[in-house]
Order: sequence, then structure tokens, then C-alpha cells
Amino acid sequence: MIKSVMVMNTQGKPRLAKFYDFQPVEKQQELIRSVFGVLCGRADNVSNFVEADSIFGPGTRLVYKHFATLYFVFIFDSSENELAMLDLIQVFVETLDKCFKNVCELDIVYNYSKLHTILDEIIFGGQVLETSSIEVIKAVEEISKLESASNAIALVSKSVSGWRSR
Amino acid sequence: MAGTSIMETLFQRDLDDLIKGIRQQQIKESLFISKAIEEIRREIKSTDLPTKSAALQKLSYLSSLHGADMSFAAFHAVEVMSSPQFFYKKIGYHAVTQSFNDDTPVILLITNQLRKDLNSSNQFEVSLALECLSRIGNVDLARDLTPEVFTLLSSSKVFIKKKAIAVVLRVFEKYPDAVRVCFKRLVENLESSEPVILSAVVGVFCELCLKDPRSYLPLAPEFYKILVDSKNNWLLIKVLKIFAKLATLEPRLAKRVVEPICELMRRTEAKSLLFECIRTVLSSLSEYESAVKLAVVKVREFLVDDDPNLKYLGLQALSIIAPKHLWAVLENKDFVIKSLSDGDYNIKLESLRLLMSMVSESNVAEISRVLINYALKSDPEFCNQILGSILSTCCRNLYEVIVDFDWYASLLGEMVRIPHCQKGEEIEHQIIDIAMRVKDVRPALVHVCRNLLIDPALLGNPFLHRILSAAAWVSGEYVEFSRNPFELMEALLQPRTNLLLPSIRAVYVQSVFKVLIFCAHSYLLHKENISSVNTDNLASEVPESVFARMSCENSDFATSEAPASSEQHDSFNPRNINQSFGDLSIENGGDATVSNGQASTSASLGRNSFTHESIVNLFNIVELALGPLSRSHDVEIQERARNVLGFTDLIEQEILNPVVQGEENLARAETEASRVVKLMCDAFSEELGPVSTSAQDRVPVPDGLLLKENLADLETICGDIQLPLSSSFSLSSTPLGEAVDISRTNLQSKDETEPSHESTSLLAEHRKRHGLYYLASEKSEGASNDYPPANDPMSQDKLNDDAEDLLKLTEQSLAPKKKPNQAKPRPVVLKLDGDEISIAAKKPELKGDLLSGVVQDVLLGNDGVPSSSRSNRSENLSGKSKGKEKLSTDLSLETKENVPGEKMPDHVNTSSRRSKHRSHGKERRQKGQGKDGEEKEDNGQKEKRKSNHHRGKHKAHQRADEPLNVVAQTPVIPDFLL
Repeated sequence: MIKSVMVMNTQGKPRLAKFYDFQPVEKQQELIRSVFGVLCGRADNVSNFVEADSIFGPGTRLVYKHFATLYFVFIFDSSENELAMLDLIQVFVETLDKCFKNVCELDIVYNYSKLHTILDEIIFGGQVLETSSIEVIKAVEEISKLESASNAIALVSKSVSGWRSR
Repeated sequence: MAGTSIMETLFQRDLDDLIKGIRQQQIKESLFISKAIEEIRREIKSTDLPTKSAALQKLSYLSSLHGADMSFAAFHAVEVMSSPQFFYKKIGYHAVTQSFNDDTPVILLITNQLRKDLNSSNQFEVSLALECLSRIGNVDLARDLTPEVFTLLSSSKVFIKKKAIAVVLRVFEKYPDAVRVCFKRLVENLESSEPVILSAVVGVFCELCLKDPRSYLPLAPEFYKILVDSKNNWLLIKVLKIFAKLATLEPRLAKRVVEPICELMRRTEAKSLLFECIRTVLSSLSEYESAVKLAVVKVREFLVDDDPNLKYLGLQALSIIAPKHLWAVLENKDFVIKSLSDGDYNIKLESLRLLMSMVSESNVAEISRVLINYALKSDPEFCNQILGSILSTCCRNLYEVIVDFDWYASLLGEMVRIPHCQKGEEIEHQIIDIAMRVKDVRPALVHVCRNLLIDPALLGNPFLHRILSAAAWVSGEYVEFSRNPFELMEALLQPRTNLLLPSIRAVYVQSVFKVLIFCAHSYLLHKENISSVNTDNLASEVPESVFARMSCENSDFATSEAPASSEQHDSFNPRNINQSFGDLSIENGGDATVSNGQASTSASLGRNSFTHESIVNLFNIVELALGPLSRSHDVEIQERARNVLGFTDLIEQEILNPVVQGEENLARAETEASRVVKLMCDAFSEELGPVSTSAQDRVPVPDGLLLKENLADLETICGDIQLPLSSSFSLSSTPLGEAVDISRTNLQSKDETEPSHESTSLLAEHRKRHGLYYLASEKSEGASNDYPPANDPMSQDKLNDDAEDLLKLTEQSLAPKKKPNQAKPRPVVLKLDGDEISIAAKKPELKGDLLSGVVQDVLLGNDGVPSSSRSNRSENLSGKSKGKEKLSTDLSLETKENVPGEKMPDHVNTSSRRSKHRSHGKERRQKGQGKDGEEKEDNGQKEKRKSNHHRGKHKAHQRADEPLNVVAQTPVIPDFLL
């Protein structure tokens, strides 16, 4: 089972944090900080695995990937394969890339809820349900359509605020 | 009203605005966030849904990424989630899923909303509800929504079905009785042609198997089919994980799967799948020689790969197999050793672990030597990793791998001198531990400790203070092995000891006391000898610069040690003690002196260092150094310092002023003094043994002792007493009585230090042979300069040298596993019954899990009377019977696979077996076999459905059932397998 997914930038600012076991918010922040503490000290050409027993308890493993200014981190237990998780990070990032057309950190900063929608289609309650980015994008697009159809008012307010900020 | 809500909506910041705001306010982020939360608190109370939901969305964002508390919004989240519009519903669900847990009170309110959404015709609403259930589902939700989940399990939409399958995991975990309802449908899906569904259901079984594999053994044929037929790597990985668990339970199953797995290993291109195969073989199929060999070949491919990930996993695979097939590690030792200098910390660590797994008593010395040299050149973190693993490997099972403890003592000493050493606590513990357990090591250990104590530089490193404390204790406790007590005293009193923590300083002072008493005692003995030989000689002792003489390592010290200790043994002679306490007359005292003198005249020649001058000097330094300490603010130091000063006051005049008094008075006074000294010496010479951890349990609790009082504040009082100091003496009160008591109790153990003769001569012999390991005292400071400075950039050739070193040593000592011809037998290591010799592998507690009980029940077709009101529903029953039919076809399929030709008879066979199960149900119950117990238990479970919390008596009942359960099972499983 996957315990947690985190995306953070190279300064340690979290961009996405999802815990599949309930954690109080203070604990979440602490975990994010300690993960960053481990990751920021690692060179680029080293392995993508980190021993995370001290952070998440025995038996947990941590796999991460570094893209541009972001770290993508998956934390999981013995029922997942390390290399498969690495592939899954790849799937996640590819999906983001397709959804946002050349994804960059800013896309991830401003599309908080879409990010969650995408992730939820890949990982469901800690289990990997979909590994094809095409299927994920299909579902995400339908959800977006449904959202905007039911959200006339929200759209108005958004355009107003956009106008105001100009 | 409407107007205000529009205004609110128009001028509310939405999530994007919030994010922009945070990004602009780099400096006062926290201030900005707290302001935003104020705003949210206002907005979220709005009656206008868009405003409310925007506020909720902002709050979820702040909570998730900035740690804001959102518990106050729980009710609002429920409101937003019940909106009919998908956009708001999704925000509401996101907030609920993210923030709710079992302690959220309003979780009770969402059951109906979830049920409504699970029944929705919109698949995305269903999906939201399922996601929510899978994350926050508790006992009540799982129980109440089981029927909905059951319905969704047969949904025609793959999108829903896969999520319904995945949610079953949470439902089963929280509400095991759901197994009766949903399990058959879950199993059906193992036959699904839809790969997504199949991988979801296998994923669920993989999780279930990890918790309790035994219950799922009957499903092995289905998994086997997937293993053989599937081409999907994700799926295969999960199936392999399941077989890794099942194969350890059922050897026949292992035999069946080993070939397909090897086939996969040969065939597959995917590294992830290949690694999973390797791991499965190495962890669960390690009896199959050919499979292991193939796996090790593949591991080697990983090791030589350029990808550090593969290298790392390859090393991990080796450490899985190391305990069972060490040859696999030895075969790859060159890679392991090379990896020790890899740039990747993980890889270094893994190879260090592997290297330690190769350690045996024949090569421990050499591996440690190379590693220590390596540690000197490593960064601090890895250096301490190395030291830590050497320490933990060596002390494993009471120093099982150590034969030569003198070497080990010197190794500990060397570790301390490594600049980055931070292993103070472990080394402290081990020094004291081996000192107490291994009698023969004491002389060498005292020597090592002395080298540590006299080095003022070590006092500057706070990481080493605990080691120094151990060294001080050992030096004091076993001062009789010290070659030069005067030098030791100076080391213990050097000015830089004020850098130590008070608790450690107290140990130093206590050791000063012991050394002082030892010196005084030796001096008196010595003088008595002299006087018995020639009384006139006494005053004319040649005054000499004692310390100059002591500090040069006199070669005959080694030889003088043995007589010195023998001299001491004589003084422990019960006769002497009885005499000196029983009769105070000078005549008798004289007798004692004579008897002592006879024994130690030979010694007196070598041991002429305890001159009057030197003793006076000694007393002077002690008084000078401890005077200020007697006013210390720390009570431990103060008390101990005063003890020492009290002692010096008591005997100083009598010992130290011989000129003032006449000859006879002198003799008399000295006898008085020697009595005191002897008493003290006896008190201190009682051997402190290691104490079993269970010792306290064996002490009966005295009547009337109340142990239930709150002792929480005791910790603060005792906090700074950490060291195992046995006793502190208060001299000012009744020194004699107390000391006598102690010496009486000592009488039995007096002969314990006897073997020191042999041990010291052995030591000398040992030094001749292993001179290498002993840094001569003058050289000790200089010796550390031989090592390159810690952070010296390591030249590559040097590094290779190291690697070659290790390679060589592994070739010599690892390959042939013959015992080295030991010149010296392994000394006795004192063991206590409290010490656990091996890490008694905790028996995997047979999980009398609620879940497994129900699963086994369902799988073996042994449905009990459905007692929960819910399971009486018609829908439910139909599902159940349907499931049963399905199971029987499953059975036929699996048999078909094994015996392709005989389809029909098999079918008959299985269906008849099914009916047998049914009809035998009652019989079994009467026989009272395992099944019966299980069933009763299940009924019991239903009666107290939430029995997770109060299992008490119930649990005991289960336990008792367990073995029966297993016995009853074993004849059943093979039928399923073959």
C-alpha cells in the first residue's frame, strides 16, 4: 500500500501532500520537513531510494524522483515494488505533462485541485488502480467538464477576480 | 440578504487569489496565512454556497500544504458535500476525505450522504463517495454501507467496479463480517478479463495476504493461473508478492510455483518484475538450489549495472539471502567491497551491512581493522555507521564472535581515537560490560582505559565523555591491574576534568577514592614488610622523584604486577582479617604483619615505588584537587569529594607524620591506619558482577510495601545518577562497623581475583605476539598520527589498496570456514540467565484475526448461521448462494488446469465435495473440532460487533481455538491445490 505522496520543490515548499493513513496536520508538516531534510542532501546521480524507517516507521520505503525544481516522493510499504513505484512516478509526471502541456512548477502551484483529481485517478485509497496516463486523462477531462457545467457562478466570480487583479 | 451574498461572492478571494497572495508575501507568510484563516472563518459561515465552498477549498489547501487546522470546519464540509452540484460536492468531499478521522464527531452525519452518492447514477459522484469511504471509513460506515459496496462490485462500469473492489479492503478491515457478503464477488473478479479489474482485485488480495496469508491458501489456484497466463507486469508483481507469502506456508505450493517464477526470471525484460522474482526466490524459495542460483546470477547483473538503483537493489537482494546462503554474498564480495566506496550513501550502507553479515570469529579482527581504517577516512556520518555496525556485530549474542578480548579492548580504545567517533554510549556500555563479564580481559582493558584517561585532548570532545566515565570506572574498580596508580591518579585529577558533566565527574572522584585506598594499602603493606625486615631502615628511605620514575615505563612493571596482586590476595586472607578485627593488640598486629611479610617479601623488592614520599605527594594532590570540589554545587560530586577528604583526614596524620612520633607510637598509629585502609580496601575489592535484567523480578516484594504510589517525580530526583556506582561510603558516621559488615560478606568471594597471575603472564605473552595491537603508552598519542587526518581527500590508489586489503582478507578468511588455530582459548564470558542469547525469533503470533476467521469460514464453504440482521436480507442471501456456485466452478477450473483430460469427473467431484461441506457442518459441530470453535467464535463476534475494542475473554477463547483450527485446515487445503 502507498502511504503517502508528496511533491515539494527544491526549497522544501510542499506543493502536494497526500497521506493515505490519517495523520494530524502537525505530523504531516513534520513528515514533509524530514523528507525534505533527507532529499536535499542527496546528489543527482545517486539511487532514487531512501531508507525512511526513521521517519515513517519500520518497513516503509521511500522512492523519489527529481524533475527540474520539484521532488516527487512516494512512500509505501512492502506490498509495493520499488522499481514499479519509480515507474508510477513517471506515469504521474507524464500525466501531469499531458494535462498541463509541458508542466512546470507554476502549473502545480496553481492547480491544486486538478492535481488531486489526477492523483486520485491513479492511486485510490493507497492502492494503484490505473497506470495508463491515457485513461487517467480521459477521466480527469470528464470530471473537469462536469465541474464546469455545475459551476456557472464560480466561473463568474473567477473572471471578476481576474478582472480585479488586473 | 441576497445582495450581501452577491457582494461576498464578488469580493471573496478564491483559491487562486490566496495562492498568489501567499507567493507575494514571502516574508510574512505565517501572518498572511493567519489573516486568511480569519477571513475563511467568516466566509465559511455564509449561507451562500459558492462563498462557503470557496472558503472550504482555501482551507483545505492551507491545511494540506501549510498545516492549518481545519477541524472547526468539519460541519461546513458536510454541508458542502451534500450539495447537488458536482463542483461543490467535490470540494466538500475533498475536505471531508482529507480532514476526517475516527475522532471527528460529525462523521456520524455523512452515512446517508455517502449512501445516496453511492447509489447515484453519475459515476463520478459514486467515485467521490468510494474514495471517501476508502480513506475515512470507520466501523459504522463500513457496516452501514456494505450493501452498497456489494451492489457496486457487480457494476457494469469498469470505472466504478475497480474502485468498489479497492474499497473492499477498507471495509473488510473495519468490519470483518462484510466478508460474508462481499467475498464471493471479490473472488469472482479474479476471473475477470478486464486487466484493470484484475489488477485491482489482485492488489486487494496482496494486501490481505500480507496481514494473514494462511486464510488465502485456498485461492492459490487462481493466483497460479494469473502467474502463468498474465503478461501484465504490475499484476505479476502483485501475484509474486502473494506467492512469496503463501509458499512459506505450503511447501507443495512452493514446488509448483518455482518453475514458472524461474521462467519469468529468464524471460522478462522489466527490471521491476525481475527484481520481484529475485526477491521472491531469495526470501521464500531459498531451498530450491537451481532457482537460487539463477536468482544470484540475475543479482549479479544488477550489481554490475550502471544504474545506482539496480546496484542498490542488488545489494539488498544479497542481504536477504545472506543468512541462508552466504556463498551468494561471498561470490559477489568484490562488488560488495567496491560498493563501500560508492558515492551513494545508501549503497555504502547496504554494502557495510553485507560485510558485517560475513563476519565470523576467524575474520572479525581483520574486517574490523580494515573498516576502522576506512572509517578514519569517511565522512562523520558514515564513520559512525561503520563504528556502530562493528560494535553491534561484535557484541551480538554476548560477544559470540570475539575470541581475543584483549584485542577487542584495544579496538575499543582505537575507536575512541577516531576523530568523528560519536558512539560514546555504546562504547561506554561495552567497556563496562566486558570488564564485568570477562575476567581475563581486565588487565588489558585497564591499560586501554589508562591511555584514554591520560590524554587531555579527549576531554575536549563531549561525545567521548561517557567513554571516559567508563574508563574512569574501570580504572578505579580494577586498579590492582594498573601499572602505575600514581599516574592514574594524576590523570583522574587533571584540571581539564572540569569539562566533564557533573555525573561523570562524580565517577572520576569515586575512582580517585579507590585508587587512593589501593595506594595507601599497598604502601602500608610495603612498609610493614620493610619494617619487619629492618625497622631502622624506614626513615632512611631514599627520597626520590617518584613521578619522574613512574612516568618512564619501567620494563619490570610488567613483572612487578603479578607479585603486587598476589600481595593483595594475601591481605584478603580471612585469617588476617579476623585477626586484625578480632584483637587489637600490637602483638597480634605484629603477627599479621609477619605473616603478610612472609608472603610478600619477594614482592617488596619490585614494588618499592610506594615510598613515603610518593604517598605524601599523593595525598597532597588529592587534597589539593578535591578541596574545591567539596563545595561543588552538584550533590554527587560534593558527597564523593567529601568522602575522600574525610578518609584522608582520618589517616593522614597517622601515616604521614612519622617523624613527630616515636618509633613505637608510630608502629601503633600505623596499625590503626592500616586497619582503616584495609577495611576500605576490602569494601572496594568486592567484585561487582553484571546484573541480570530479570534480577529485580526475583526479589520478593516485602509485605506492606506499596508499589502503586506515584513515582513520577522520582525521575527528576534520580535523573542525574546514571552510572552504576555501587555504593558510596560515608566515613564520618560509622566507618568501622560498616566496613566490617561488608568485608564479612566479602569473604566468600575473595578468591575470585586469583587468576590474575596467569592472566598477566598471558598478557605479556600476548603482547609479544600481537605487539601490533598494543600501542605502547608513550607512543599512544603519536600513534594516532599514523592515520591520515579524517577528512583527507582520499586518493584513489589508497582506496583501492583498501579494497584489495579487504579482498585479500575475504579470500583468506571467508572462503575456507575452518577454525583458526587459536593459541589462546576463548576466555569465559560470564552469562546471566536474564541474557537472551539469541534474538528468539518472535513466533509469528497466529493471528486470531476477526477477518481471517471469517475469510476462512467463507472460503471453506462453511457458512455459519447468518446472525447479523443485515445478512438476512434476501439480496444478501442470493449473493451468497451465487458466490458459492461460483466457487465450485473455480474449483473445477483449477482442477481442469492440472489434469486437462478429466474435466467431468472433477466437476462432479468438486460439487460433491461442496455438498459434503454442507452436510458435514452439523456433524463437525457435534464433534467439537476446530471448525466448530471457529464458528462459535464467529457467532460471538457478531454478537459484539464492535468487539475490536473489547475482546478480552473472547480473545482467549480464540487463542485456544487456533491450533485446532490449523489442524482442521491442513487436510482441506491440498484438495484445493491439486
